[in-house]
Amino acid sequence: MNQRPQAYSSRRKRRILDRSFVIVCVAAASMSIVALTVLIGAILYQGMGHLDWAFLTGSPSRSAEKAGMLPAMVGSIYACVICASVAIPLGIGTAILLEEYRPKNRWLAKAHQFIQLNITNLAGVPSVVYGILGLTAFVSFFGVSSSVNEPAWEFGVSHYDEFFDMTGDYVSVPLSKRSSPTVELREGLQGYWGPQREMVTLKPVEDPARWKQVKQQFDEAIAALTVQPDAPGYEQAHAAAARPFAGYVRASAQPIRTSEKAHWYVCIPFGRGVLAGGMTLMLVVLPIIIISSQESLRAVPNSLRHGTLALGCTRWQMVWKMTLPSAIPGIMTGSILAMSRAIGEAAPILIIAGIVYITFTPEHLMDDFTAMPLQIFDWAGRPQTAFHHVAASGIIVLLAVLLSFNALAVIIRQKTQKPLG
Amino acid sequence: MPMTQSEDIVRNKVSSAHVAPPALQVEFEDSDEAAGQAPPTALKLQKFNSWYGNYHALHDIDMDIPEKRVTAYIGPSGCGKSTLLRWINRMNDLIPSARATGMLHLHGLDLLDRDYDVVDLRRRVGMVFQKPNPFPKSIYDNVAFGPRLHMRLSRSDLDQIVERSLRRSSLWDEVKDRLKDSALGLSGGQQQRLCIARAIAAEPEVLLMDEPCSALDPKSTAAIEELMDELRNDYTIVIVTHNMQQAARASDYCAFLFQGDLIEFGDTKQVFTNPRNEQTENYITGRFG
Repeated sequence: MNQRPQAYSSRRKRRILDRSFVIVCVAAASMSIVALTVLIGAILYQGMGHLDWAFLTGSPSRSAEKAGMLPAMVGSIYACVICASVAIPLGIGTAILLEEYRPKNRWLAKAHQFIQLNITNLAGVPSVVYGILGLTAFVSFFGVSSSVNEPAWEFGVSHYDEFFDMTGDYVSVPLSKRSSPTVELREGLQGYWGPQREMVTLKPVEDPARWKQVKQQFDEAIAALTVQPDAPGYEQAHAAAARPFAGYVRASAQPIRTSEKAHWYVCIPFGRGVLAGGMTLMLVVLPIIIISSQESLRAVPNSLRHGTLALGCTRWQMVWKMTLPSAIPGIMTGSILAMSRAIGEAAPILIIAGIVYITFTPEHLMDDFTAMPLQIFDWAGRPQTAFHHVAASGIIVLLAVLLSFNALAVIIRQKTQKPLG
Repeated sequence: MPMTQSEDIVRNKVSSAHVAPPALQVEFEDSDEAAGQAPPTALKLQKFNSWYGNYHALHDIDMDIPEKRVTAYIGPSGCGKSTLLRWINRMNDLIPSARATGMLHLHGLDLLDRDYDVVDLRRRVGMVFQKPNPFPKSIYDNVAFGPRLHMRLSRSDLDQIVERSLRRSSLWDEVKDRLKDSALGLSGGQQQRLCIARAIAAEPEVLLMDEPCSALDPKSTAAIEELMDELRNDYTIVIVTHNMQQAARASDYCAFLFQGDLIEFGDTKQVFTNPRNEQTENYITGRFG
């Protein structure tokens, strides 16, 4: 007799185990859903009251009612655009090197493997570490300049020493450097300055005719200035010495250092500006972009590569005409998800920018800035409960931006995905 | 029913009847060579050896592949047929461990020369792969891919080349109304004929086919054999096949490889009806392999 021990009871046990396992799974899944729902519910409950147009277009304020997050939004987007425009080309380039140009030489292949290993490791490095790296590399360029506030090289900026002249107007003296130790103007009669009240240096040899004209105006101005301001006839004399004219600086003149920056102002090192922030975010997301691009390139079937090569393509033509176009949907999706990571990063920005209370939007690449997570961090850390509601509104805005990024990634993936060979 | 249809096609092109060997129901044409004229050599191999790392894949192959003929490589799996084929357009360069010694000349040009530009070689030697690999582009762009790479052409010239290539691969009538559609929508056999059209659009001298019909149904196979028959006057065709019938039907010359050695090479008719080597006979009659 064949024995089939306890067939039925074991089957029953198995069924119970099967059912209970499903229950465990459902419980596990619902835990996360409940947590997420509670989180979103709480945030919406706290933050919706404060969320309005004024909040989106306003600047941070000492009072919670007036607080807005426009500078933080603009700063985040600005830094993200910089990050994307650097990280995406670099990342795709690296991925192409790693996937499409595998070296045959044994030592080069070892180097190749080493790079690959490093990139995989970099993806797991905490973002604070990148913040410190960015501080050293981009903010101070490894200490090339003694002070972060005094860049070694600057382009697109003019520095001035500003004085009051006798009539109470400003006179600006152009300087070569912000920290120039010399004060150009001394008390007394100084010379000629131009229509914008800036000091103009004219060399008599170069343009005798102009110099003659200047001299004449200079003399007229002196004549005007010899008439004391409270004496009769001063107004007429002053008007006669029409601008541009020579002037007189008061004895108490103390220069005020000012600078005028163009919208393309660039300085090296970058200082604590948007550019340094964006570049640091680039360091954070670069490994992610490289790895996702590599995966998309690897998904392109080899038969397509062989087909193009067999037609007489160079490697470059193969990459440009076949591999890259086939992989671009995946690369785009990966890059957009990497960007949503960048926009949510607080730690590296905190190290780079440092300051959170910024009431203006950045105007050039070197301008101080703040980012949304940082602004939220600031609000949430304040003792007044009114600011906690403001922080909740900020979180809603941040989540909205993140979700729209993710939605964009999904749309791109679905629109451009097509079957490959 | 497709099988009988393919045989019909084969029978239709047979010009004179021969006594077929019992194992293979194929009849042979009388080739020019029977009249005593040997065709000029396109590819010349002497003491050709190939390795993958330490594995010696091909041993001392000597072979003259004639111009404007169909030459078939037959042999069991792993005998080195594909390796031999892939050296002709240096696709083996993609395998890091692959290397070759000896002589491999295309019209006197040393193909193993490290300084020789493989890109130019691959323009002169087209290839059709085992699995159809149309590019994820339109039918037109697939065929125009090669010409666009190598020549600066006007729109109308390109149109002409595309039409001619598709006509030559007998695909024109099926696709002429949907040239802008994706090539991936074609059937397997159509895709393979598209790949042939793509290869010949680049105007190669030699056309390599690596088991072009192994992924196809008999009807498509017949269409491709018919196509090879049309192309044989203009191109030197080298084909690797596992299908004995196909080698017998479609080729002028036949090489039997076994474990990396060239066992027999000669006129297809002679190889199939009167093999000199016992191994060849055993293989083609199906006793092994």
